[in-house]
Order: sequence, then structure tokens, then C-alpha cells
Amino acid sequence: MKFNNNNESSNRENSQTTLSTKALSKIYQTGDVKVHALHDVDLSLYESELVVLLGASGSGKSTLVNIIGGLDIPTSGQVFFYEDELTAYNDHQLTMFRRENVGFVFQFYNLIPSLTALENVSLVTEISKNPMQPEEALSIVGLTERINHFPAQLSGGEQQRVAIARAIAKRPSILLCDEPTGALDSKTGVLVLDAIERVNQELGTTTVLITHNAVISDMADRVITLADGEIVSIDKNAHRSKPQELSW
Amino acid sequence: MQVLNYKLMRDLWRLRGQVLAISLVIASGVAMLVMSLSTVESLSLTANTYYDRYRFADVFSSLERAPLRLKNRIADIPGVQSLQTRIVKVAVLDIEGFEEPVIGQLVSIPEKGEPLLNRLALREGRFVSASRVNEVVLSEPFADAHQLQIGDQLKAIINGNKRTLDIVGIALAPEFVYAIGPGALMPDEKRFGILWMGRKALASAYDLDGAFNDVSLSLLVNTEPNFVIKRLDQLTKDYGGIGAIARKDQISNWFLMNEIDQLRTMSVLLPSIFLTVAAFLTQMVLSRLIATERSEIGLFKAFGYTRLQVAWHYAKLVIVISVIGILLGWVVGTWLGRYQTELFAELYRFPFLYFRPSIATFAISALVTIAAALFGSMRAVYSAATLPPATAMIPPSPPIYKRSKNIFTQVFSWLDQPTRIIFRQISRWPIRSSLTSIGVAFAIAVLVMALQWFDAIDEIIKVYFFDAQHQDVTVGLTHAQNNDIVNELRHLPGVLNVEPSRIVNTEFHVSNRTHRGSIQGVLSNTVLTPVHDINRSELPINSGGLYLGSMLAEKLRVKAGDFVRVKILDDRRPELHIPVADIFETYIGMPAYINIHTLNRYMNEGKQVDFLNLLVDENYESELFAELKELPDVSAVALRKAALKKFNDTIAEMLIIYVTLFSGFGCALAFGLVYNSTRITLSERGRELATLRVLGFTRAEISYILLGEVGLLIALSLPIGCLFGYSLAWFMVNAFESELYRMALVIDSSTYGMAVIIALIATAVSAFLVRKKLDRLDLIKVLKTRE
Repeated sequence: MKFNNNNESSNRENSQTTLSTKALSKIYQTGDVKVHALHDVDLSLYESELVVLLGASGSGKSTLVNIIGGLDIPTSGQVFFYEDELTAYNDHQLTMFRRENVGFVFQFYNLIPSLTALENVSLVTEISKNPMQPEEALSIVGLTERINHFPAQLSGGEQQRVAIARAIAKRPSILLCDEPTGALDSKTGVLVLDAIERVNQELGTTTVLITHNAVISDMADRVITLADGEIVSIDKNAHRSKPQELSW
Repeated sequence: MQVLNYKLMRDLWRLRGQVLAISLVIASGVAMLVMSLSTVESLSLTANTYYDRYRFADVFSSLERAPLRLKNRIADIPGVQSLQTRIVKVAVLDIEGFEEPVIGQLVSIPEKGEPLLNRLALREGRFVSASRVNEVVLSEPFADAHQLQIGDQLKAIINGNKRTLDIVGIALAPEFVYAIGPGALMPDEKRFGILWMGRKALASAYDLDGAFNDVSLSLLVNTEPNFVIKRLDQLTKDYGGIGAIARKDQISNWFLMNEIDQLRTMSVLLPSIFLTVAAFLTQMVLSRLIATERSEIGLFKAFGYTRLQVAWHYAKLVIVISVIGILLGWVVGTWLGRYQTELFAELYRFPFLYFRPSIATFAISALVTIAAALFGSMRAVYSAATLPPATAMIPPSPPIYKRSKNIFTQVFSWLDQPTRIIFRQISRWPIRSSLTSIGVAFAIAVLVMALQWFDAIDEIIKVYFFDAQHQDVTVGLTHAQNNDIVNELRHLPGVLNVEPSRIVNTEFHVSNRTHRGSIQGVLSNTVLTPVHDINRSELPINSGGLYLGSMLAEKLRVKAGDFVRVKILDDRRPELHIPVADIFETYIGMPAYINIHTLNRYMNEGKQVDFLNLLVDENYESELFAELKELPDVSAVALRKAALKKFNDTIAEMLIIYVTLFSGFGCALAFGLVYNSTRITLSERGRELATLRVLGFTRAEISYILLGEVGLLIALSLPIGCLFGYSLAWFMVNAFESELYRMALVIDSSTYGMAVIIALIATAVSAFLVRKKLDRLDLIKVLKTRE
């Protein structure tokens, strides 16, 4: 089934489309079992909007994010980054796409344990074309004080904020966050969401936030709900809540 | 426990690359152990059976001429079981189609029945018959070398008369397993052969009717040979006896036993090195493997598995890996053992070869290996078993890294982040990192040690055949003759220079230490055979004292200025006290030199010589050889060129095999180590590397982080390996030192280079294999799961 999102795209005609998908499907085959992780998904993401992807476990939200982030390839369908067709890229082109345009934040931070906070950010700034200063990225997430600490010396929330700083330091076009608060308590989670919100507001980065915590959807411009590999609803929030107003 | 066994099997399959790499190292050690032990056993068993079956004597004595009736008095010496008198002479042979003179040792055999001792193993044809005086039985290697067959003829100058001999049989004998000609370094079956002739024929040819000049004895069990030798020497003294020797000093047996001893040394030394490394490798792999299996271990223990069950589970992993290595090692080792034994059988000639590695050989190798592997992995298994389940089930906290502030901080700030990751990783795990470096260094050391043998042989050849020998031909005389012979030989065709020397058989005594050997009298400023010190070049032999080779000086524990009691074994036997003038370094043998005039004075003789060194114009070689074949009283003709070629061929053949073998083992070591440590690092840090890929690093860039670390460790191991290699070579030189030779400790820089290149290739192959795995890294899976 195709979800019709024409009317809502017209609402945003002054914003450019950063990323769009056409009839995107992904089938995982394990032995004889075929799993339709995504089924005919059409979706557009616009500049500087913050989208929350909601859905139960197995609904296909991670698969969707992995494909639009250039980590995975679809079984069929197309993905466009502005005018470029991502689905036509080879492995090296996808690597370069990730290097220049995508920032990832994961549930388990994935920091390099042998590098300090600052160095973890520098890891990315060293290889991208127009990065911000690593210190600047860390100050956006409020970690100026602890830039010389190693991951083992930082709390979970701090580690996640380093991960966000690392993701945004390259000034990416898209920031993809997969359950960024999943491993954190509510208070720390709010701090992390605040950092994401700031990035979205200050840098205008298109941000996609995967969660199964419905409370978080209040901070989004749009809330997209997936079930069984299909988009079941797209809701637009009239008012974006501040992360500080959220609690769970 | 059934389920755990499934897990074990699947773990083994999952880790098959690493399992195979460790098994290869273990197999190398086992193969070497089985090879050496089985060769030692086979050669010992073959030699002993041969000696027994063909009644190899226990005591040997040569004399000038003794009447047959002396036989009874010898038989009466207590402890003598049986005896065999013989006539043994040396003759120059003329073989059709072979220009050079050939030396034949003529040994008498009874015309009827077999000899009591030192029997012949007849390979073809028959023994000689009483009615025909020109029949001979030839030694098999000699016959083979000249393609002589039964029915063929050869010419010999027997006691000055040219005789044509008919070949009726081809045989081998236990006293000529290693048939070495006078003054030769190794058997040259083209230029030296054994000819057995009828006793009567030889007696009449040499005017020895009713007499003998050689006697062999077998002794009753538990008889001390020295006691019999003493009594025998008293009896033969008046008949020109030069002193009897026991079986252990009999030249062929001495060489054979020396070889077996060296093999035995090798069977302890080298496998130990490999098994130690294998133990270390299992330890390294297992401890890191267990670290990645923490949560599963926790789970087992939470389910109620005991420590012992968990420990046994991982011990089984070690045992299975060892068993694979052992089985592989058995197969390869047995094959190599057979090959090596057959190789030795070309040099040491036996009529049969028993290759029956004992069960003990296999059992020893298996026990030693499993013990080493279990010992090596004990710590890892123990730590797995004692991990509290709750601790085990949570992932280990991220390792703590430190920033150090020192002179390196500045340098460090110039490095890019991936390079910093490499350095931090190494400094975070210094022990693990240094173990990897040391392991690879071991592999390089083994390669250096093996390849060094080529350098050592080159050095020995240079010193022995070139620095210390400038003559082309050495002629030995049956008896010492007046110096006039020097002038006679000078007039032979093509002879440019002649220098005499005199060799007398002696016994050296210093307090209770003795050595049986010879003294060589040479001219003070000899040009053709200079006395050459490895470090100081040529020594003038101009004082009245002895010039001893360092190995002899060490054996007798004397230094320059000390006196040596010298017992001359030939003829008149004065007992002398001679000072040691100097000690010189040699690689081969235990030589003792003295000025020839001093020697003649000691012997109370005029100018006597029995060896002549000739410098020859090679255009006249054929004419010279023809003349030499006609000379009476010649007991030896040695050509430097031929000796060198023989030495080169024999040694080269052996060396190439050993060097290839050891290089292979060294490669297995390097490969096993590098593959394992890289592979484990990959599984430990897959998550980190996948993260980097997600962040936009290319495959080449993450390979740099993983392989750069290994590369840096290998780079560190190169100089250490060369150093280890030198030490190992030094150790081997000392362990293998024998009375016959000492290996030279010379390592060419190209040898280090070669070892390093081979190790780097092995490393590159394993890095390539891991790199392929790196390319298949599943980014999504790694990121979604928590360690």
C-alpha cells in the first residue's frame, strides 16, 4: 500500500526536499523464510525538519534509517539525496556519502575507547570537507569541560552527547539517531534530546529520530508511524515541545 | 554435557582458521620431534642389528707383521670371545675411463666359509674361491660409483706389481658403513673403495704367508675394552702394533655414532622451541577467545554448570586443537623421518634399513604437546571458570586509556586519529603486544638460524679448502721415506711445487685427559698447506713446540706454554714432553702441528716424509695422474678440487632439505601468530571498526587501523628476531660442536634480510586473509547489538 503524502508535501513547498524514497522495499531472506522489512515506502524529508519515527520493534524503522543513511541497500525502489540517486551508488560512493552528508547516533554510543572525547570528534573532522572545529561541536552539546576525557571516564549521557557532537561536526545534511535515549534514564535522556534539538535548530540539519517512546514525538515537526514495514500515519505537530517539557 | 559438546564443535568450526593456524604450529613441533626421534631410532636400530648380525668386532688393532701363532696368545686375553686375523693393505687402482688414481683398501677374507668377525653382507655374486687368486669382492658404493658389475675387471698395483682383478661379488660390511678414505672429510666412493680378496692371494702378494697385520676381537659381555686393549698392545708391541682401538673409536662407527648423537641433540632442542611457541600461542588465542565469550560463560554458570565443567569445556577446545596438530605432525613427521633416514642411508651404507618409529616416539610427542598446550592455556581456562556469573554476563567495562604527558605528547599531536588509535591500542595492552612481537621474533630467529647454515658452510669452505689449502694434489705414502722423494715428485709432469709433511699417530696426555690423534710435521714457512687461524690468518711453524687446534686444546685443557705428554704410536714409540707453542682456531677436526724437522729429531730419524703436497699445472693433470698410478708405495691420493666438490654436493643436498624444512616451520610460526592475533583483534574490535565505516571511513582506512597495529608490532619484532636468531645460532653452534667439526658462527647481512623477507611474506598472507574478512564486516549487525 502506498501512503499518500501529497497534501502534506504541499504544506512545505518553501522547504527543499533533502531526501526522498520511491517504492522502497527490503526483503531479508533467512533460509526459507522471507521477511518483508519494508514494503513500498514513499517518503520525503525536508530541510531543517525534525522527524520522529515511531513503531514497534520489527516495524522496519531501523531498516528505513539504515537505507537512507547509506548503510544498507534496498531490495527494490529508489532513494534520492537531493537529485542524486543513492540507490545507484557503489560501495565507495556510499562511503563518501556517509562521510560528507550523514551523521549517525546510536543507542550504544559506539565511541572509540582509545580516543578522548575531542579525538573522537576529530576522527570525523579530519576526513570531511567543511567541518566545524571539534571544540565547537562539543560546546553545542554542552561538553566543553570534558573534552579530554576518554569514554570510560564519561557517563552514559555524556558519551551519547559526544556521539552527537561527532555526528554533527561534519555539518551533515541529515542526522540519523537510532534510539539515542534507549540506554539512558529519563533525566539524562532529556539532556541528549536537548542537544539534538539544538543541532536541528541552530544548524538546520534534517533530523530523523527513531524511538518507540511515544512521548518523544512531541518534540517533532512530523511524526511518522511504521508498522509491518509500511507507513501507517504521518502526523504533523502544530507545536513542537521543548525536550525539557518531556518526561517519561 | 551433550549440548556443550555441540557448542565445542561449532566453536571449532567457527574458529577454523585460527584452529588450523595453531594446529600448524603444533604440527611443526610434533613433526620435528617425530622426525628426529624416528631417525635416531631407525639409525640406531639399523646399526645395532647390522652390527649384531654381521658380527662387527669390539676391538681393532693394526700392526706391521705378526706370525699366526700370536693369535693364540691374543685369544687367551681374558674377556676375548673370538678373534679374526686379517691382512689389510692399500693399493692404487686404475679404473678404465677414470683418469684420477683411485685408492683401494684391500681386506682379506677366508677363501672358505665366512669370516668370524666383520662379516660381509653379500649384495650380488659370490665370495672368492680358493683356486683363483685374482678374484675380488667390491664394496657396493664403489661399484655403483664406477658402474662396475660382476664379471668386470679392474687394475691394481699390488705391492708394486700391476694385477688385473676379476669382480665376483659386491658387498657391504659393518666396519665400512661410512667408508672414508685416508685424510678425507667424507666418503668419496669414486676415489676410495674396499676390495675384499682371498687371504692366501693377499698373503702371497704381500709376502705375509703365515702372518697377519690386522686383528679384530669380539669381547665377552661386560668386558671392559680398555683392559683388553692394554693387554693386546703389549702383545703386538714387538710386531709394529700402533695401538688397538675400541669399537667406539673405529672410524666408520665413530662417524655414525656422532651423527646419531647430533640428531638426538636436535630432537630435544628444536621441537622444544616450537612447542614452547605453540603453548604460548594457545595461551594467547584462548585467553582472548574466552574474553569474547564472557557472557556465554556467565550464562552457563548461571544455569548451574560447575567451574570444573566450564574449565573442562575450554580444556577440550585446547585438546582438540592439539590433537589436530599432533595427528598432522605424526603424518608429516613420519614421512620426513623416513625421508631423512633414507637420506642418511646414502651416506651411511646399510644392507637393510629398519624404519620403525616406536610407539614411544608417538606417545612422547603427543604427551609433550598436550601438556605444553594445556599448560599454556591453564591461566585462560582458570580465569574463565572462576568468573562470577553476574560479572561474566555484563560486558566488560570499556578499557581505560591514559593520556601521558611526556616528550612524546608533542609528537603524538602531529598524528592523525587512526594512528593515535594504533598507538593507544598497543600501549593499552603492552604485554599482549609484546608477546605478539616476541612470537614473530621467534619465527624470524628460526629462519635466521636455518639460513645461517649456508653462511657457516661457506665460511668453513673458505677457511678449510681455500685459506688452509693451496695444493692441488696430496699424495700419501705407505711408509715414511727419505726426503729425496720430494725431488722425484718435483720432476713429474705438471708439478710446479712440492712440499713434504710427516704425520705420526700419537696419543696426547695431559694429567688424566687423553686424546688419540696425530701430529703433522710441516715446513716452517709452508706455502701449500699453511696452518691457518680463523682470526689471525697464517701461523709460521718455527718454534720447537706444538701448534694445537683450539678444540684439541680445549679437550686437553692446555694453553700456550703448557707441556703435553706425547706417546708416538708408530714403530719406536719414544714418549715425549713437548711444550704448546700456540693455539689456533679451526672449524674442522683436532689438528696438531709441529715443525717437520723438530718432529724428525724427536723420532730419531733423518729427513723422513710420508705426505707430499703438490701444486700442479692443470694442463698436465692427465699425465701426472697416469704417473701417480704407476708409483709404488702410494697409500693415498687426494685432490682438493674433488674433495671440495664432494663436500659441497653432500652438504648442499642435506642443507637445502633442512633449510627448506626449517624455513617452512618458521613460516608456519609467523603465519600462525600473525593470523591469530589479527583475527582475534578483528573479533574484539569489529564494533569499533564498523563504527568507523559508518562514520565514513573507507575499507582501506579501517584496514590501516587494524593491520597498521600488526604491522607496527611486526616492525618491532624484526630487529628482536635478528637478535634472537643470532643467539639461537650461537646456541646451536655450541650444542652441535663435536670432535669432528664446529659450525662457524657467521651470519651474512643478506641472511637477516632473507629471514625478514620470508617472515614479512608470511605476515602479508595472513594480513591479506584477515583483510578479506574485514571487507565483509556487517555494519548493521555490529551496531545493533551490544558487545
